[in-house]
Amino acid sequence: MPDHVLDARRLNCPLPILRAKKALKEIAVGETLEIHATDPGSVKDFEAFCRATGNELVDSSSANGEFHFHIRRVK
Amino acid sequence: MATDESETKRLSMIVTKGSLDWAYPPFILATTAAAMGLEVTMFFTFYGLSLLKKNLDLSISTLGNPAMSMPMMGAHMKMPNLIAALPGIDRMSTAMMQNLMKKKGIASIEELREAAIESDVQMIACQMTMDLFEFKREDLIDGPILGGAATYIETATQSDINLFI
Repeated sequence: MPDHVLDARRLNCPLPILRAKKALKEIAVGETLEIHATDPGSVKDFEAFCRATGNELVDSSSANGEFHFHIRRVK
Repeated sequence: MATDESETKRLSMIVTKGSLDWAYPPFILATTAAAMGLEVTMFFTFYGLSLLKKNLDLSISTLGNPAMSMPMMGAHMKMPNLIAALPGIDRMSTAMMQNLMKKKGIASIEELREAAIESDVQMIACQMTMDLFEFKREDLIDGPILGGAATYIETATQSDINLFI
């Protein structure tokens, strides 16, 4: 279970990333955030975002047109 | 944020266009790069300078834009130049574009600009353009510094990515 959840559904590029960045800043290092999005482009974008920022993409899944990204704040 | 200065990547951008559609690429890239930990500098010149005005009144024109194909009732519509040139058409197309953007969850330029400022994106307003178009400092939002080509070039030599938009 994630420590925090962010609803980024119906937001388009680049808002899911911007909101996620903001939310990650507000949680403690080591905690996890699960982002819910409907933007199909966010799948590649969250992979790139995590690689660039050094945060860990614990899990990524999709069902019924929704995408879930489980990210651990590393630093 | 990387603690080691030399590890931080930098992005610089020259923003030259000020219509609603052209305002998106620079602000989307600037805010995203900042979110990914880059130091970002935007240099606003010529028509791009109007994107720093306190009151944004951005519009699009379909005139002379053969690639612009707007979704309409399940199909796509292109505007012939003869019609696009008529009075009121730009205003109508702008309203259509704004409605579409709202419907599709796309941020407004005001929102992206606010996000850029919040994430410490550095903005430089071109002094020469200020003189040319007779803009006063108080016409612009707080934050941007005034500078010229040399200011930008110095930033560009220190950047990993330099874009002209």
